[in-house]
Amino acid sequence: MRFTNLLAAAMVAMLFTSASSASAQQAPSKLLNSTANHSKFKALDREFDSGPEVTRACLSCHTEAAKQIHLTQHWKWEFVNPDTKQVLGKKHIVNNFCTSVASNEAGCNSCHIGYGWKDDKFDFTSEENVDCLVCHDATGKYKKPSGFAGLPVTKDTEFPPGSGKVIKGINLRDIARKVGPTLRTTCGACHFNGGGGDGVKHGDLDSSLEAPGKELDVHMDVKGNNFTCATCHKTDGHQVPGSRYAPTAMDKGAAQVRGKGGRINPATCQSCHGQGPHKQAKLNDHTGKLACQTCHIPAFARGGQPTKMAWDWSTAGKLGPDGKPMTIKNEDGYDTYMSIKGDFVWKENVKPEYIWFNGTVKYTLMGDKIEKGDKPTQINHFEGSASDGKSMIWPIKMFRGKQAYDPVNKSLVITHLAGNDDTAYWKNMKWEPAVAAGMAAAHAKFSGKVDFIETESMWPITHMVAPKGKAVGCVECHSGNGRLEKIDGIYIPGRGSDHAAWLDLGGWAIAALGLLAVLGHGLGRFIAYRRNR
Amino acid sequence: MSRTYIFKRFERFWHWSQAALIITMLVTGFEVHGSYTAFGWQQAANVHTTAAWALIVLWAFAIFWHFTTGEWKQYIPTTEKIVAVMRYYAFGIFDPNAHHPFRTTTLTKHNPLQRLAYLFVKLFINPLVWISGLLYLYYHDLGAYGVGGQSGLQLGTIALAHTLAAFLMLIFLIVHVYFATTGHTPLAHIKAMLTGWEDIEQES
Repeated sequence: MRFTNLLAAAMVAMLFTSASSASAQQAPSKLLNSTANHSKFKALDREFDSGPEVTRACLSCHTEAAKQIHLTQHWKWEFVNPDTKQVLGKKHIVNNFCTSVASNEAGCNSCHIGYGWKDDKFDFTSEENVDCLVCHDATGKYKKPSGFAGLPVTKDTEFPPGSGKVIKGINLRDIARKVGPTLRTTCGACHFNGGGGDGVKHGDLDSSLEAPGKELDVHMDVKGNNFTCATCHKTDGHQVPGSRYAPTAMDKGAAQVRGKGGRINPATCQSCHGQGPHKQAKLNDHTGKLACQTCHIPAFARGGQPTKMAWDWSTAGKLGPDGKPMTIKNEDGYDTYMSIKGDFVWKENVKPEYIWFNGTVKYTLMGDKIEKGDKPTQINHFEGSASDGKSMIWPIKMFRGKQAYDPVNKSLVITHLAGNDDTAYWKNMKWEPAVAAGMAAAHAKFSGKVDFIETESMWPITHMVAPKGKAVGCVECHSGNGRLEKIDGIYIPGRGSDHAAWLDLGGWAIAALGLLAVLGHGLGRFIAYRRNR
Repeated sequence: MSRTYIFKRFERFWHWSQAALIITMLVTGFEVHGSYTAFGWQQAANVHTTAAWALIVLWAFAIFWHFTTGEWKQYIPTTEKIVAVMRYYAFGIFDPNAHHPFRTTTLTKHNPLQRLAYLFVKLFINPLVWISGLLYLYYHDLGAYGVGGQSGLQLGTIALAHTLAAFLMLIFLIVHVYFATTGHTPLAHIKAMLTGWEDIEQES
């Protein structure tokens, strides 16, 4: 007893001495990640009236940055597929959301990492028109409102003119002095809002990933790994890897080791996890045929934000009872009909569809012959098969649309949607002039007739990776009518459609007959026994 | 009646543990096949694989035992009395005055029908289960040995053979269990398999 008291006293004494000695020392300064504090830079200590002025200041130190940007897909909005030679990128393709950028630049290009791309005359060699802040803003205050061709608004501005609505000007000085590395929110400002709103386009990218929990994304979990987008999309010289125009469908490489270069895409799961990440050998066997995403992303749009699954432009143009364009919302407050856009279907927690995918995406571009038929037109078809040796089973979001096309020239069309003029569909709701204006802007021929055609576009599901306990369970594929029911070319244990019917039928029949026979025999013995007793 | 020690200790251990493993594997195997849902697919697959390894180990010991003890000779097929035995099971068994034409001794434990049935199990069903099962388990690695892969042995074929073997085993099990009740009392053979001691009818 006395000893314990003594010990306690000694410990208390020690605690006091160590506490006092600690307070006597200088608090260690926090180790900063960056060697530069932008708020101390003279070049940034001034008022900026426009985005390009900020860029000139950035380039005074980061002399080569704009040249790097000029080589990116982010800047060019153009991508030539090395295999199919198709000229793709936002600049060229027609999708089944808002369909196309051409003739709508002032609106769409608020998501371009440049300033002032308002028509087809934009100068892609301009260095000062590179927008540094849209990716490097750390304050969350930088905004590029729609309608300004990617320019930020620095003074309070009425927009559209005469509407009475005012867009607040932002302070570029404050933003420029606090720049930093990209964040989930900077990438997300555009990529979470693809298709014109939060979660609309991708399904696996929406604002819920700004600060996700572990259940939503095991890597981005703010309380855990806290990855940013760039942790996986490891960027070198501003070239961001991981393109959905030419995705890496199959990665047979080992986990990335320093000194062992040659990795094409550092954003794949395998670039960190390698080829055999599971403890159980049978699970590792699956990596030969399944993309990791197939099991590890059980559903998309899991963060509480629904995604658009279908868009029917053909119903657009109906006016409300007051003779004005209307919006009908569902009980959760999401638009299901807009006079200017047509009907939408929103869904949350969506089980993906699954396909064989070898990394080749074939687009139907404007000018390619399309025909109304049993099957919808494939805006971007993911190629692949069980037997080509290059394909894996991938989860996708299949987005179904019905959109304007030229029934005479049998082609997708460019529609002039956004703009404060007398052809823009969103202002006048007349298809023929809107398409005529769009096609003229794209220098494409148009018959003057507009009809609607069903289309499908495919979106790879690769974000929102669930914790391992929430991965897709065995039975969800190893069963009849499971997730992979439509996957052909392989035998899946447990999938009834793979069975030889003669064997199952014959086997059970003979077993049943055998059972009946022995039971009959036994009954005979029993009767004989009773009779002879 | 006299009692004879027919089934030795290892033999009985082998028989009953094999019975338990085979029933376990039939139940879990047909769930993996998708015939019904019982334990959950994942659980069924795990148990099936574990039981498979246990059975392989057991078989290795059993094969060793059969050869070192010379007991393998019990399965040499014979046609002697085979018609009589068949006639007994078809007709005589219902007649209280008829006797089984075969006398069990320590040197000839099995009647000619049993010999044929067990030989078929040992030389056809078991190897088919074993080989197709291992190919099934290691299908993913077959490509590396030039057996599987794109143009080689397909999983569907392996699974077909394995399923066929499973049905054969199931049918054997049904008939075997029934025949176990055909002793001089319904439980006589089963008791013998448990204790090792068989009641042998005296020649009358």
